[in-house]
Amino acid sequence: MTIREIFEKKIKPLAVNTRHRDESYLTVRPDDFIPACLAFHKLCHSPVMMMFVEDKRKTRSCFRLNTAFYAAAERHWYYVCLDFPGDNQDFPALAKEIYSATLFEREIWEMFGIHPEGSPDLRRLRLHEEVWPDGFSPLRKDFSAPPETGKTGRTYDFIKGEGEGLFEIPVGPVHAGIIGPGHFRFTSAGEPIINLELRLGWTHRGVEKLMEGKDINEALKLSECVSGDSAFAHSLAFCEAAEKIFGLTPPPRAQLLRAVYLELERMYNHANDIGGIALDVGFTFSASFASVIKEKILQLNGELTASRYLKGVNIVGGITKDIADQAAKGLKDKLTTLLSDLKELEEILFSSASFMDRVDSTGILRQKTAEDIGIVGLAGRASGLTLDLRSDVEPYRSAGFSPVVFETGDVLCRLKVRLQEFKQSVELIKAFLARLAPGPLAVIPAEIREDFALGAVEGWRGPVLYWLKLDAKRRIERCKIVDPSFHNWEGLAFAVQGEIIPDFPLCNKSFDLSYSGNDL
Amino acid sequence: MAILKIIKNRLVKGIVDLRREELIPEIEPLGQKLKIIIDRRFKGSFHIREVDTGSCGACESEIIAATNPIYDIQRFGVNFVASPKHADALLVTGPVSRNMLLALRKTYEAMPGDKFVIALGDCAINGGLFKESYYTLGGVDKALKVDLFIPGCPPTPVEIIKQLVAFLS
Repeated sequence: MTIREIFEKKIKPLAVNTRHRDESYLTVRPDDFIPACLAFHKLCHSPVMMMFVEDKRKTRSCFRLNTAFYAAAERHWYYVCLDFPGDNQDFPALAKEIYSATLFEREIWEMFGIHPEGSPDLRRLRLHEEVWPDGFSPLRKDFSAPPETGKTGRTYDFIKGEGEGLFEIPVGPVHAGIIGPGHFRFTSAGEPIINLELRLGWTHRGVEKLMEGKDINEALKLSECVSGDSAFAHSLAFCEAAEKIFGLTPPPRAQLLRAVYLELERMYNHANDIGGIALDVGFTFSASFASVIKEKILQLNGELTASRYLKGVNIVGGITKDIADQAAKGLKDKLTTLLSDLKELEEILFSSASFMDRVDSTGILRQKTAEDIGIVGLAGRASGLTLDLRSDVEPYRSAGFSPVVFETGDVLCRLKVRLQEFKQSVELIKAFLARLAPGPLAVIPAEIREDFALGAVEGWRGPVLYWLKLDAKRRIERCKIVDPSFHNWEGLAFAVQGEIIPDFPLCNKSFDLSYSGNDL
Repeated sequence: MAILKIIKNRLVKGIVDLRREELIPEIEPLGQKLKIIIDRRFKGSFHIREVDTGSCGACESEIIAATNPIYDIQRFGVNFVASPKHADALLVTGPVSRNMLLALRKTYEAMPGDKFVIALGDCAINGGLFKESYYTLGGVDKALKVDLFIPGCPPTPVEIIKQLVAFLS
């Protein structure tokens, strides 16, 4: 029996839409909304992967709330959908029941002005209280910008720790290094961190609003600039969503090459973070070594695609940059060198007692915690969660892919996942290259369709999700983007509890989450 | 054990050179030019404070790449510093998100006199793809007087060094 059949024995949906192979949209009555979400949460063993609102007041005079869960066992996305009329802007808060809905509901409240009734936390995420006046909700279709910003006179309400000897340490938004902006508020008792509160949103650029009304090619360019270190994963997720809408299947050669580029992106970022972890314990020699590995992969990307960050490679229907036979041979040789470099680096790191002492059992994120707060991707796999969107999909299935999972959830595990995945990526790329057969690189979308679909790609941090809705002119009606960082920042806040403050940079680097991908 | 391996490697392999000049041929002559200028104008050390005002992270990645052993921009006298009080120049990336405006101004004000501002990347120059947004200013020059623009999405480390040389001389 499928999850949907079990579900429908308990709750009768008002309408069911299964137009894509791996997506089901179940519209429910308002009273059934919370029970339906809880049912999928339990049946799918999935956190809230996405929760977003569409403003459909023009055509149907209602807002529609979509809450997505992923059933890994069926490789199927279930959406609980709730329509509510434009004048009644309340919906029952899910955050009281499922923790991973909290951030999404805060986002809906600030972006649409729709009130999650009974929500435990309604502070702004991105439109900072100090800057943005009340009553201007950017993602409403009838939004107009406020006449003045920056002088609201309000501040953010941080959670305060109280007790003898507790003190607060504010850090950021401008940090010491060359890194994105974020504000971290530590409450500590002596050295140990009692609580860490993250305040993000500093790099908010209004990406989802900018997407609206763009044609697909312009929107694709924008998707590459959402999170620069995941440019390929983001553009790929965008393209997959658009391809589903147009009913296209990219040619086999394009599918294999996309997988090659996706793994190259994973490799340079993993090399970067392995070096970053070494740097944050002061082991500069190995950090420099890792930065050379990263640079070599960036140069390789540049040679293959004319972009060190793999921008401009994806198009809807396929790719633009081929890897010729000669280049493929060169690529294989370079991968072999990179692999031996990485193995040497691994040996240097693991034979240093002082390095191991710093990373071993530091910043533990327990499996139960990770599951409860909805951690995904690399950080989840280091804590024993097995979700990896590459499992059981082509071309990964034929290459014998299985996800790298560790149990302990400390910095060492997150490091080990990276080391193993780097080696795995080398093998995968070689396997993909071996299967390359001559053929076209892209198919061209002919039909114009008004539809919606989800594109989901396992980027190096975790699942990158693009939910895309096109209008009849092939323009973007709504684009919801979820970068894995949005789920995982909260994991960092839990991992550092009880650790000493000097270990914070190390824990932070072991997650290495995107500011811009989170802030959008 | 590790130390034995290092000694063995040292004896077997001799001095291993990265051979930068093969990887990036233009870096040496360019860097030497930069060094001469920095020696003359900044007594050998040119300090930069970087601020991200909403970039996607690719510009940061390229700035960091300029400090890796292959480009190794430090050897020409360029250093990235933690405190704005130690900086000669402010290097800004991103289209200036409204949230970052205050932090950007405060960082600039904390720098000692005789300072200048570099806007790096297409977003920082005029907002790039984020020009039209309700939440960006659309370029660093809307907030501060900018002395040098380095275009690119993102500019490569070589491009960054080239532009620095052209501007400082």
